[in-house]
Amino acid sequence: MENFLQQLINGLTLGSIYGLIAIGYTMVFGIIGMVNFAHGDVFMVSTFIALIIFLALTTLFSIPSIYIALFLVMVAAMILTSVWSWAIERLAYRPLRGSFRLAPLISAIGMSIFLMNFVQVTQGPRNKPMPPILEHVFYLYGQPGAANAVTISSRQIIIMAATAILLTIFWYVVQKTALGRAQRAVEQDRKMAALLGVNVNRTVSITFIIGAMLASVAGTLYLLQYGVVRFDDGFIPGVKAFTAAVLGGIGSIPGAVLGGLLIGLIEVLWAAYVSSDYKNAAAFSILIIVLIFMPSGLLGRPEVEKV
Amino acid sequence: MNRWMTDPILRVEHLSMRFGGLIAVNDVSFSVGRGDITALIGPNGAGKTTLFNCITGFYKPTQGRLAFAREGRADEREVRALTRTGKRHARLASGDIYMLERMPDFEIAAKARVARTFQNIRLFAGMTALENLVVAQHNALMHASGWSILGLLSVPSWRRAETAAIEMARAWLARIGLEHRADDPAGALPYGDQRRLEIARAMCTGPALLCLDEPAAGLNPRESGELASLLRLIRDEHVTSILIIEHDMSVVMKISDHVVVLDYGALISDGTPDYVRNDPNVIAAYLGVSDAAEAEQVVAEIARESHK
Amino acid sequence: MDVAAAKRPTRVQTALREASFAGLIAALLSFPILALRVEADMNNRLVLEERWPLVGVATLSIFVARFLSSILDDWRARALAIAGALSNLFAIGLMIFPDRPQIGLALWFGASGSTLMAAGLYFEREGRAAPERPIAAPQVAKTSRTSGLINLVGIVALGFVIAYPLVLLAWLGPQGSLKWINNYGVQILIYVMLGWGLNIVVGLAGLLDLGYVAFYAVGAYAYALLATTFGLSFWICLPLAGILAAFWGILLGFPVLRLRGDYLALVTLAFGEIVTIVLTNWVDLTNGEAGISSIPRVSFFGLPFTAADDGFAATFGIAFSPIHRTIFLFYLILVLALITNVVTIRLRRLPIGRAWEALREDEIACRSLGVNTTNTKLTAFALGAMFGGLAGAFFAVRQGFINPNSFTFMESATILAIVVLGGMGSQIGVALAAVAMVGGTEILRELDFLKVLFGNDFDPNQYRMLIFGLAMVVMMVWKPRGLISTREPSIFLKERRGVAGSLVKEGHG
Repeated sequence: MENFLQQLINGLTLGSIYGLIAIGYTMVFGIIGMVNFAHGDVFMVSTFIALIIFLALTTLFSIPSIYIALFLVMVAAMILTSVWSWAIERLAYRPLRGSFRLAPLISAIGMSIFLMNFVQVTQGPRNKPMPPILEHVFYLYGQPGAANAVTISSRQIIIMAATAILLTIFWYVVQKTALGRAQRAVEQDRKMAALLGVNVNRTVSITFIIGAMLASVAGTLYLLQYGVVRFDDGFIPGVKAFTAAVLGGIGSIPGAVLGGLLIGLIEVLWAAYVSSDYKNAAAFSILIIVLIFMPSGLLGRPEVEKV
Repeated sequence: MNRWMTDPILRVEHLSMRFGGLIAVNDVSFSVGRGDITALIGPNGAGKTTLFNCITGFYKPTQGRLAFAREGRADEREVRALTRTGKRHARLASGDIYMLERMPDFEIAAKARVARTFQNIRLFAGMTALENLVVAQHNALMHASGWSILGLLSVPSWRRAETAAIEMARAWLARIGLEHRADDPAGALPYGDQRRLEIARAMCTGPALLCLDEPAAGLNPRESGELASLLRLIRDEHVTSILIIEHDMSVVMKISDHVVVLDYGALISDGTPDYVRNDPNVIAAYLGVSDAAEAEQVVAEIARESHK
Repeated sequence: MDVAAAKRPTRVQTALREASFAGLIAALLSFPILALRVEADMNNRLVLEERWPLVGVATLSIFVARFLSSILDDWRARALAIAGALSNLFAIGLMIFPDRPQIGLALWFGASGSTLMAAGLYFEREGRAAPERPIAAPQVAKTSRTSGLINLVGIVALGFVIAYPLVLLAWLGPQGSLKWINNYGVQILIYVMLGWGLNIVVGLAGLLDLGYVAFYAVGAYAYALLATTFGLSFWICLPLAGILAAFWGILLGFPVLRLRGDYLALVTLAFGEIVTIVLTNWVDLTNGEAGISSIPRVSFFGLPFTAADDGFAATFGIAFSPIHRTIFLFYLILVLALITNVVTIRLRRLPIGRAWEALREDEIACRSLGVNTTNTKLTAFALGAMFGGLAGAFFAVRQGFINPNSFTFMESATILAIVVLGGMGSQIGVALAAVAMVGGTEILRELDFLKVLFGNDFDPNQYRMLIFGLAMVVMMVWKPRGLISTREPSIFLKERRGVAGSLVKEGHG
């Protein structure tokens, strides 16, 4: 029971990260109907940016407070990752918008390969282990050192809190502002929205930027929690986050968060109680089962075949 | 006695179709006469296309029976017996009966031989006109090609079947006046030609019942005229009954033997064109007034106006 | 000159503004990742290695490239001028950065760069002088001629491929030709075959399959396991591998084929990944990461390619050489690929093939014509899988060793890219794309001469996949419908005319 509680906490931490990445998939799919295959790699790039900025701040400028450093890292990662995502959309996807359906998908796969190898070439192929920070642990149950202790680390608290705060801000932007309205209009009917004066290109760009910002937060938090990153760390979390988006109902933003939390929980529990060798297989199996048996996901709208 | 009473090819009985809370078709019953051109009319949103989709198997009706007598006569008692067995098809003494509501869409086309066209044309745009018509003969050709094995070996019987299929396609192209465009992609043809090609394609499946969903939509008067004569030709020269959804009243009244009117998912009139034309319920539905009495008043006013 | 005209920015100003923006973006993109490299030091602590000049190089290159492309109209002029300018920049770099300036090389790059730029300017002037070309030449007449031309190209290419290993052998001798026959012959042909196999599924039936590598793996492991455990010969295992893969294709196909579009792609992707995970973790059967080694090598219909007395060389009375096996493998994969091609071309002209294409065009219309779409999709899936399985068995017999790393998502992505890039459904296009993609990345292995420029630490191999990914993007942007997008009708009444790619649909599932 205590172990289960512990796994629950770990699962929610991981799930928060998946949820943040999943929003990027779900929004892009909603607005231009493409699976942005490179999104997982954008997440990976953001993790590297965060690592580099963190090292720069602590070693080159020796910032005293770790919290200030983390905050600066997050802001910098958000900005710089947005530039990446914006540039990718501008160069690799926009010229293909509205053309042959497979072209953007292939272009995105190419972009994913490019990003992965770009980071490999520039940063080297080895694991980058970050020195552990914020190691303080709160005991929710049991004594330090006891086998049945249930703990939550300050990192985990930061991850969940940051996720909750950012999602609230983001939710407000999408629901209440003119930008959100434009997004929903483009999602419904791109041509009509353009005729009514919505700047489609800008709306799509901003969607990519928002997706990248949330992914970069996920990247920073991922680095904080796991402390290690490698050039090919984008693919598997990317597919899992996409699974989360599908599970929640693609196109639905609350669905993406819910799906992320569920996938995180399932993965952690599967690894703990079933088989850690097959923990990735669990995510892929869920993807298959959900797509086959409930393609509209938990919170998505069902699609009726038009004749 | 009308043909749809004495020799119906299709009997729609108590058919209902619900989407969630919306009732698109509500307890509709009528018959389609063998060899007739039956028109299904009604204002927009009356449930005509939904009814079509039920007949052709694209939707599973929520309720009701669709007894289709491809050959012979559907004897009431035997249909009832078949209904109880739960089978899809029976070859009875009185004829060949299919329960369309129990069959998947492609089997309705392949076995019961009900072919259809679509409101928004669904040709294979990237294939040539000729290819479109050959694809329509898929099941016969599949058989002739020995499920591709004889075809891969290119045996003579397959080559003969292929030549015959191309000849049939060519004959239909000639009939709709498109022989000279046989090798052009279907998507490059003018709109009116595409409409006719879609009908020819449906005919290449060798249907017993041809369902046309607004074939005259978007056609100019000359093209509508050509369409009407094509449909009459199909009825007269082939053993094909026609069920047609159409808004163009000039086409409907000119060619149909039997008219069925739907409004808000329910059947409001059923009879000969003359009968329907004068049915106050129909006039009320089309004029958008609430009851027949009011409609008669409006019609009388219009008549008075036009006599002045 | 009136005020409005004076206020309007000149062309150079506009170009400068655009170039500055592009340069700024380039600087932002390269700032952390390129400028600072994370390295672990002696104590395994992470330190940053600063490489600011690289950011300068990237920014300046992008600035110049963007400036030139916005100021020049003619696309040839743009390409030449950008290449020339970058070459010039490189020459300057060679003078500044190395410890000892490489004057000779710098002069060479500077001179050729300047020549390229001059050529570019010439094209630009000519392009401006020439009158506007009429837009949209009549399509139909042109395509009919190209489709005949394409067939001719195919025949010539086939003759070339058949002669290829023998010509090389005669020219370079057994030692010198081995690499060229193996890396550029066998390797490319495997992908040609895989591309043709997947083309049935994606190109003809319009079903997007991102997990094709699973069937390749099934074939490879089928041969490896059957041959190592039961000692069955390659010629028995080959059809068994094909049948097994086809069986898996059907098994997988049943549940997934009612999905459409990207969803189908993702389910097949997930399936492919699960296959890799199972191959890695089911150690009892597959030996996991360590893989299966000592897979029996191919024999010449019973005669092994060894130096032994009963070997191929001894039997035919020629000197033993490993090249015999490679040449045999070359013709083996050539025959397998050609079988795939011939079967596909013939099936396209049969009802099943037309049904596949009709399915790609409009599934609902297919069903309204009585086509059993489930069976039609399943046959496409099973046939594609079968050819993938045959290629897999060949892969295993060629390598003699397999492990799960040969069957990653990258392989599926490469094969799919070959099909899409070739032009979906076009057999010759797929072959061309395979040559370009696989041959191109193989050529990147030959760039060792660049070590002269960048020093001995430079490893051109690293840049192989980087360029591969970039090439995928560039080619898609350049030709979204692939190299050969014209569809050739399967039958015709009077004359065979190509169907313009813009009319052909790409399928929904």
